[in-house]
Amino acid sequence: MRYGLAGGLGLMLAAVAAPHAQAKTLVYCSEASPEGFTPAFYTSGTTFDATSKNIFSKLVEFERGTTTIVPGVAESWTISDDGTEYTFKLRPGVKFHSSAKFTPTRDLNADDIIWSFDRQRDAQHPFHAVSGGSYTYFGDMGMPDLIKGIEKVDDMTVKFTLARPESPFLADLAMDFASIMSAEYADQMMKAGTPEVVDQEPIGTGPFQFVAYQKDAVIRYKAHPDYWAGKAPIDDLVFAITPDAAVRWQKLQAGECHMMPYPNPADIEAMRSNPDITLMEQNGLNIGYVVFNTKKKPFDDKRVRQALTMAINKDAILEAVYQGAGSVAKNLIPPTIWSYNDAVKDYPYDPESAKNMLKEAGVEGLKTDLWAMPVQRPYNPNARRMAELIQSDWAKVGVEAEIVSYEWGEYLKRARAGEDSTMLIGWTGDNGDPDNFFGPLLSCAAANGGNNYTNWCHQPFDEKLVKARLVSDQAERTKLYEEAQVIMKEEAPIVTIAHSVVFEPMRKEVKNYKIDPFGGHIFYGVDIEG
Amino acid sequence: MLRFLLARLGVLIPTFLGVTLLAFGLIRLIPGDPILLMAGQHVVSDEQRATLMQRYGFDQPLPVQYLTFLGELAHGNLGQSITTRQPVLNEFLTLFPATVELALCALLLATLIGIPAGVIAAIRRGSVFDHVLMGTSLTGFSMPIFWWGLLLIILFSGTLHWTPVSGRIDLLYFFEPVTGFMLIDSLLSGQEGAFTSAARHLILPTIVLGTIPLAIIARQTRSAMLEVLNEDYVRTARAKGLAPSRVVGVHALRNALIPVVTTIGLQASSAFSGAILTETIFSWPGIGKWLVDAVGRRDYPSVQGGILLIASIVMLVNFSVDLIYGLLNPRIRHGR
Repeated sequence: MRYGLAGGLGLMLAAVAAPHAQAKTLVYCSEASPEGFTPAFYTSGTTFDATSKNIFSKLVEFERGTTTIVPGVAESWTISDDGTEYTFKLRPGVKFHSSAKFTPTRDLNADDIIWSFDRQRDAQHPFHAVSGGSYTYFGDMGMPDLIKGIEKVDDMTVKFTLARPESPFLADLAMDFASIMSAEYADQMMKAGTPEVVDQEPIGTGPFQFVAYQKDAVIRYKAHPDYWAGKAPIDDLVFAITPDAAVRWQKLQAGECHMMPYPNPADIEAMRSNPDITLMEQNGLNIGYVVFNTKKKPFDDKRVRQALTMAINKDAILEAVYQGAGSVAKNLIPPTIWSYNDAVKDYPYDPESAKNMLKEAGVEGLKTDLWAMPVQRPYNPNARRMAELIQSDWAKVGVEAEIVSYEWGEYLKRARAGEDSTMLIGWTGDNGDPDNFFGPLLSCAAANGGNNYTNWCHQPFDEKLVKARLVSDQAERTKLYEEAQVIMKEEAPIVTIAHSVVFEPMRKEVKNYKIDPFGGHIFYGVDIEG
Repeated sequence: MLRFLLARLGVLIPTFLGVTLLAFGLIRLIPGDPILLMAGQHVVSDEQRATLMQRYGFDQPLPVQYLTFLGELAHGNLGQSITTRQPVLNEFLTLFPATVELALCALLLATLIGIPAGVIAAIRRGSVFDHVLMGTSLTGFSMPIFWWGLLLIILFSGTLHWTPVSGRIDLLYFFEPVTGFMLIDSLLSGQEGAFTSAARHLILPTIVLGTIPLAIIARQTRSAMLEVLNEDYVRTARAKGLAPSRVVGVHALRNALIPVVTTIGLQASSAFSGAILTETIFSWPGIGKWLVDAVGRRDYPSVQGGILLIASIVMLVNFSVDLIYGLLNPRIRHGR
């Protein structure tokens, strides 16, 4: 039996299609196995792709390919004038998936919404500890303190009461942890004495329903025929788990899959020139940056921070570290997020002025540590290399930096404890709200133990963030964030290096794919032609 | 033979206990906190962390944790992965057949080619065949596996389209695993072409995983044969006028095989522990990659359970090798 390149795909498609005459199957060569099938337990994109992005719905969702919030299983909502009560009207007739173990007897209602949130927030909930439940995302987004109560107004109406007004709340509800699960399924499994099945054989209301998972090999889904927004154009969805990027590329060329994530930068050129392949690209919703620990001398002096910023050659880093797959960052938030202030002017690369500024600040013969992350992240594909480049840039202005690294968990723990002087880190956005960058990364609340590794707590800046969280008018919020970006640039608590570019190679037959700005892979709406 | 067997078994028990201690201890010596690693850049409050540590039993003093581990082990319970929340034994048993299937094929290839090649090279010492074989085997032995695997994929799958790129079977075939061995399950499924597909998917990974054992076995056979061929009893056999094939095949080879069996045993032990690189390249769902991922996540139950199971299997393989020695050589059997 021989495969031809074009024939291989034909064979594959014909083969996959064989059992059902016209079934369209999309094969996605995913990069790793999901950790599990309940999104609320996890934080990795791989798990979200296999779960929340394709099999679950949320109250509100992001419009495919954008960060715009649109109705999900809630068809409408109202927010009280004081911003603390969110009342959601649920969409009627939303059907859950069925499986060998479960046939739903009713449509989605308020009980399912309450179940999905109470499981995470109430330690006494019968499912709270099932499957070892850890709800990191829920906790990290501040939900336990924020949500005061969730109330069933009637079968199709749910009211969330917040402890304080919080304008990013709606965006939070579109996130993966807020996936809606079936309370009826959970009850049945609990009664059957197998509650953990809920987390292994997921039932949702999303566009695809789970069929089978062979660990580390294949996940199979089929289109949910009764999906509330209409059945997906494809009939079957298969994740062929392929950990190595070079092998994924071979499989894509051989027609063994239609799409693959995370290509090797070295293969990008070949992908661009291959007539069978479409290469989509988009700026990622992320930022890689250098932190100055402003609690340590001389980094408490903004002249020193500005000088060291000007000493870094960002273009050289972009070429060597991102290999062209990135763009220089001048703000904390990427240009795709609303309120991005394009009027902000970046510091020029100017080692001579930097040297003079350091002299003026009375800093000579400065020795510092420079922490480099031990892991590869979308916002920083090679932290070690970046640290080496910065080290040599700083040496040119008379600053001696020693590169330090720890195991990842240890790295973050020590950094939160403020042990570093300067360090590399970054962030990938969760919900497209500017607060999701400014709040965790530079607010006073996140300093001293949170993700604000700069420990920079600057009142004029922080006031803008706090105010922007309380008002719900987007124009007003935009103005506040634009002003905040000007202050941040002037104060220079961090050096913004780059936003990386996300590449999505796929075969020509794949139509209507949209890159998810959050880095996920969503297959609803995608079609295969030819 | 029974005494020999019992003596060998006697050694297994203390070794097993030692392994439990190592499996438990080593992973905890590496810095890293499983809960913080799971959270990544997300902030976990101290309270939340304490709750989880308690839920997983990691808050207990180490000796208590170790005794709990042994106690559970005595009941056949290896605990639950803290990542996937599945029983460790189930995960292992799901993945292990894939590792064994590939390992057996690779060892079979290595043995079936390695031994005859080594014998011929020894008989025709100094010939072109000998030189070519020794040169090739040195190359094979030093081959960087990742590069070698990718090279074969690009050549045979990418350019020539003779073999599929990776995976265990074409995605067209979908059946519940019965034995976990794809060659057997594909036959049991009764689906047309399933077995052929499974076999074709095995070709490249078998070659890649078999390369190093093949090189080692060929070299080992050659040198053992050369030694034996110079022995007095071989000369006697020849002098008696026995056919050369009988001299080589029966008198010489049987004795030369002892070190070769040792080598095969060692290769088998390492192949059964999972071949991380081969598994990664060929997207082969085996235990090698699973274990490395678990170490990366500091998934203590998976790592300690996995190491323990693998060590037990290695001990069993060694035990079998010992028994085969005994069968091949009565002097070993009788402890003389």
